[in-house]
Amino acid sequence: MTIQLTKGFAADVARRAVELGASAAEVVLRQRTEFSVGVRLGEVETLKESTDRGLGLRILIDGRQSSVSGSDFSSDAVESLIDNAVELARLTSPDDAAGLPEPQDFATSVPDLDLYDPAIEKLSTEDQIEKALRAERAAQEFSDRIINFDGGGFDSAYGTVILANSLGFAGEFRTTSCSLASVPVATEDGKMQRDYWYDVRRKLSDMDSPEVIGVMAARRTLRKLGGRAVPTQVVPVVLEPNMARDLLGDIFNASSGESIFRKASFLVGQLGEQIANHRLTVVDDGVMPRGLGSRPFDGEGLPTRRTVVIRNGVLESYLLNTYTARKLGLRSTGNAGRGLTGATGVEAGNLYIEPGQSSQDEIIKSVSKGLLITELLGFGVNIVTGDYSRSASGIWIENGELTFPVQGVTIAGNLKDMLNSIEMIGSDLDFRGSVVAPTLLIGGMTIGA
Amino acid sequence: MGTEAIEFFFGRYGLTYGDIDKLLATALARGGDYADLYFEYRVSNSVNIEEQIVKQAAKSISQGVGVRVIVGDKTGYAYTDEIAFDSIRRAAETASHIARSGGSSQITGVNATPTVLDLYPVELPVSSIELARKIELVKEGDQAARGVDPRIREVQSSVNDEMKYVMIASSDGRLVGDVQPLARFGISCIADDDGNLQVGRAGGGGRIGIDYFETEMTPSHFAREAARQAIIQLDAIATPAGTMEVVLGPGWPGILLHEAVGHGLESDFNRKQTSAFSGLIGQRVASELCTVVDDGAIPNRRGSLNIDDEGEPTSRTVLIEDGILRAYLSDYLNAGLTKSKRTGNGRRQSYKHMPLPRMTNTFMLAGQDAREDIIRSVKRGLYAVQFGGGQVDITSGEFAFSASEAYLIEDGKVTAPVKGATLRGNGPQSLKFLTAVGNDLELDPGIGVCGKDGQNVPVGVGIPTIKISEMTVGGTQK
Repeated sequence: MTIQLTKGFAADVARRAVELGASAAEVVLRQRTEFSVGVRLGEVETLKESTDRGLGLRILIDGRQSSVSGSDFSSDAVESLIDNAVELARLTSPDDAAGLPEPQDFATSVPDLDLYDPAIEKLSTEDQIEKALRAERAAQEFSDRIINFDGGGFDSAYGTVILANSLGFAGEFRTTSCSLASVPVATEDGKMQRDYWYDVRRKLSDMDSPEVIGVMAARRTLRKLGGRAVPTQVVPVVLEPNMARDLLGDIFNASSGESIFRKASFLVGQLGEQIANHRLTVVDDGVMPRGLGSRPFDGEGLPTRRTVVIRNGVLESYLLNTYTARKLGLRSTGNAGRGLTGATGVEAGNLYIEPGQSSQDEIIKSVSKGLLITELLGFGVNIVTGDYSRSASGIWIENGELTFPVQGVTIAGNLKDMLNSIEMIGSDLDFRGSVVAPTLLIGGMTIGA
Repeated sequence: MGTEAIEFFFGRYGLTYGDIDKLLATALARGGDYADLYFEYRVSNSVNIEEQIVKQAAKSISQGVGVRVIVGDKTGYAYTDEIAFDSIRRAAETASHIARSGGSSQITGVNATPTVLDLYPVELPVSSIELARKIELVKEGDQAARGVDPRIREVQSSVNDEMKYVMIASSDGRLVGDVQPLARFGISCIADDDGNLQVGRAGGGGRIGIDYFETEMTPSHFAREAARQAIIQLDAIATPAGTMEVVLGPGWPGILLHEAVGHGLESDFNRKQTSAFSGLIGQRVASELCTVVDDGAIPNRRGSLNIDDEGEPTSRTVLIEDGILRAYLSDYLNAGLTKSKRTGNGRRQSYKHMPLPRMTNTFMLAGQDAREDIIRSVKRGLYAVQFGGGQVDITSGEFAFSASEAYLIEDGKVTAPVKGATLRGNGPQSLKFLTAVGNDLELDPGIGVCGKDGQNVPVGVGIPTIKISEMTVGGTQK
């Protein structure tokens, strides 16, 4: 017998946890069905279908916290999970900041953010295969130097998230998503290069056509052919949107309450200070319709919202859940993240850099000598000190023109300096994901070769 | 070994040999060359201390069965998180849709076979230890780190452990099981010298019992190491930028091999001809000083397994011998398609994932040189001893890995500590510049997690002290 996952079931589990000794309990239920098609060289390579169901329980006993999770919903199994949680929580330490949010702060309604598309649930296998093959064909037909593919495919998913706690909150929402990717391999003079392009959306009709994705994947791969190093020097760098997004991810890590309360961020103590060039405005919007990072309530049941993190270069807000807010004497920004197991984390909604006025072409034209960065490798970003060092590939800019591909160099600097030297911001913002940024021009970084 | 796991699944979920045969027959009912069932039951625990209080203890139970059907180079996959005949049969029907052409394929009835290897005969697995004892371990780490220097604060220490039962049944009649313990102690701390903040991290473990943390590698040992790194970084100066001689210390810096050659030698990429190492078997890809092996059969290591996640015994594979490329790392699918030997490298994160060729413990064999002599031979260069993670583009061969503790070498002497920096190179080229190999091979302490196609698996790396005459260092100092 399959147990239906409902708000009522979640609330019952929370209630039962309190009966068995918890002073507060929070239950998350997740159900997600995924279908993925992988294609390569005109053929289906993989078909995968799955449904996941999981239950996570977080409890407190007088400020002592524990969490448990499982996928067996029978009453015996749930009872045993609760017992486990109670047993664990008796041994952890009381923590004044731990606990559920204040009762008056919970979301009182669940706004419809248009996150569900029935067309995705109805997609046939054949449709998905066809889209994936069309993208590959478009890439292949674009150039005879596209000789191979490392993969590509179409994924679709639909699911439900339910959250309930012992303070009476119970909420539920459904989402869908779909993505299409192509990963061509091109060759020249016996050397191969690989790149990719993709789209990912909540709604099928918002997606770029397979041909647009395939051609973009081909262009991106071809422009890497023949890359070489340039001498060690300090020059301006242009981060294309996919790379600017990486930098925004670093800004997120540094402004997350988890880094801040641990004093493990170069942004500690900087609220209200000018930490970036006045051109930079960073917004986290958890309620954007159709947004991939949108949700009607956060991982603790608080309403999500729009938060300006950096306004005109001034750090205006950290991103906080209840725990990190209490540690810092602030209020939650509705950014609690919740996996099935573990403590509540901090999660961005739709995090983006406000677009500027210039096209990417205009930004490149403004550079007399520099590097357009199209790929970064390595994890050399230190959020505590801001030190930044990664391997890079891209295209050399000379007198405002793109010239030859660059490969085999490093770029290094410090995040504090990088944020302060953002000199131009592109107009090319596109919500292809939940953390997105337009093209950025950064005044000077050390290229190593 | 391994019969314990088979008895576990049969007993707990009321399955019989006949059920397994029927499920495999369902998977192949529409045709196909091969099918397998991967049963998994995993209990994971964690506890951590931060701000000197035990903030959280967690336990999670995950269980399920993945069904795979292979037809030529195509794979159908489905899974269920209910280990029950009807649920698995539905998953088998779903996976069977990859085969569209013919009638049903024959299966051989499964027969339980014990595993040959017994690499982790652990008396008291960490997962069987009561929480109170694990709390003592994280507290010991916390106190030891704080005791190193008054500038150490923001200590976080944790114990993560799991016990995993697996059982694999395949249409060629194989039925094998394994019980896999795994544990890791981790600690991080921040040194604060009047606002100059620096991080140190350390940790270790493996497929070991609790005695490992009591006698061999104690929380205090890891705590002192994390604190030492943080304190050293307080005095770090800007790192030079550009190509120079680089000396890597022994142990975890072996992540170089994982990125520079390991991923590029996985057989899926080479069957598809998308790796920078494709077609290079028998050719020189490194200096003659270089011999690299992948060995999943070393007792108690984090990357070791009695059987891989397709039921094949793990083994030692010589990847590069005296600089010549000898072999790729294979799973069932790619070994079959390339008519090469299975090497026991078919691995997956869980029942939710298809197996892929993956590394286990990857390391370079020791050479002749003494560490002091290697350092003394460098006029101006970098000596890097601790690293964070790394990454590779297997098609271009470009790779990067990021040093968290490194020093300048000036006129043959190790001098000032420098800030963390990324080192880069190109897979088939970098190890041609290997000019010295130390006699001090070490494996890493047991901390590695490798990601590929969204799947994470535990791995090990190792290396002796080595010198690479040309490597790009991503510093800021011209």
